[in-house]
Amino acid sequence: MDTVHTRFREKIGEVLLPGDLFSCSLPESEDGSVKSEKTICGPGLRRNGDEVHVFKSGILRHKHPNLYWIDSQQRRYVPAKGESVIGIVTAKSGDIFKVDVGGSEQASLSYLAFEGATKRNRPNVQVGDLVYGQFAIANKDMEPELVCIDSCGRANGMGVFGADGLLFKVSLGLVRRLLTPHSEIVKDLEKIFPFELVVGLNGRVWVKAKTVQQTLIVANLLETCENMTSQQRQTLFKKVSEGSL
Amino acid sequence: MPIMELDQSCPVLREYGSEQSLLSRPDGSSTFVQGDSSILAGVYGPAEVKVSKEIYDRATVEVLIQPKIGLPSVRERAREQCVREACEAALLLTLHPRSSLTLILQVICDDGSLLSCCLNAACMALMDAGLPMSYLFCGVTCAITKEEGQIITDPTARQEKESRALLTFAIDSVERNVLMSSTTGSFSVKELQQCIAISQKASEQIFQFYRDSVKRRYSKIK
Repeated sequence: MDTVHTRFREKIGEVLLPGDLFSCSLPESEDGSVKSEKTICGPGLRRNGDEVHVFKSGILRHKHPNLYWIDSQQRRYVPAKGESVIGIVTAKSGDIFKVDVGGSEQASLSYLAFEGATKRNRPNVQVGDLVYGQFAIANKDMEPELVCIDSCGRANGMGVFGADGLLFKVSLGLVRRLLTPHSEIVKDLEKIFPFELVVGLNGRVWVKAKTVQQTLIVANLLETCENMTSQQRQTLFKKVSEGSL
Repeated sequence: MPIMELDQSCPVLREYGSEQSLLSRPDGSSTFVQGDSSILAGVYGPAEVKVSKEIYDRATVEVLIQPKIGLPSVRERAREQCVREACEAALLLTLHPRSSLTLILQVICDDGSLLSCCLNAACMALMDAGLPMSYLFCGVTCAITKEEGQIITDPTARQEKESRALLTFAIDSVERNVLMSSTTGSFSVKELQQCIAISQKASEQIFQFYRDSVKRRYSKIK
């Protein structure tokens, strides 16, 4: 008898507010055959003894078998370990670069955290460059640290990028929609004209197309399709692809 | 002075309305309208904080109230203190140490019950910014009239002038406790308890309104 799951299941897809709570006290069973299943609480949910509290407003989502989280709309990014973000290098001090990732603190990026970097072979990073990296350390008590290599030492697409192109900011919800495996928005956009796209989980998106005009069109389309239903979006894209130069 | 029997079944509040995410620069924004009083709120956070103001284990909450005319004065400072107390009680500040959460409230129109309108706008803006909160809060103002000692909820500016006492409470959404109280004028202990009871009753309508407006906001996204 998993009371937590049944309570949660009733509310999947509903909007919850901070202060709502679910109690997970397991009922006593005579046989002792109470199977306590593990419930994983994702972002927006917090365990407090026997109870699970909601602390963000949003829609309750569920992933089989036992993962629950609150899907909320937010603009401000809070660094979390393992997330890939776009950062802007703001300072070079000794062995580390200071990178602005849009959080409450600037992240540090060591010069050795690039592919093929050694003490003699320093990477070519200047102040103002765009960097795509992953958080190696990101918690509320310490300064976040970025790296541009994965655990095997390969770059895997990370590092300095962005000669030309346009960097702009969108909400975190849109960024997560763009990064889903078969994102409809990206598929619809590909049909209009070819472009390069880098999406960071901190809400920053970098776009580069053949001409400046096409780049601006793609940037504007991405910013506007945040509040549209899929039908409205497809009509808009069709209009643009027919009228585009 | 005889105190009339109070009809506690349904406290009368003026027509209220709210809108979220209307400003593009802040991380969260909202407006709250109560009758003719209207407040616009913007929230920035968690953001960088000056070393002199940082607290090592929790976030620093700053509240700024801009009046409609003129520069902020001592009256606004007192209101800022009240709003800040309510916010610090409701927000989970330990999740963002050495960061700052800034809340800026602009008075668009003042027709009474200004402090409770500020509290409501603040709560909606904090929800819009996605800041972690352990519960929601709302503000309710009660006025006690001079002649009969009748208790009016959500008074207009004229009703406030003609009252002998004005009480504002911030009520939380889980247990209906009083988070903050701000009172002026003279009243008895019994009247205070009656005002708290009426405010708790009135807060249910406001919390239901919060729920409906957030539901409507998320209804477009599936």
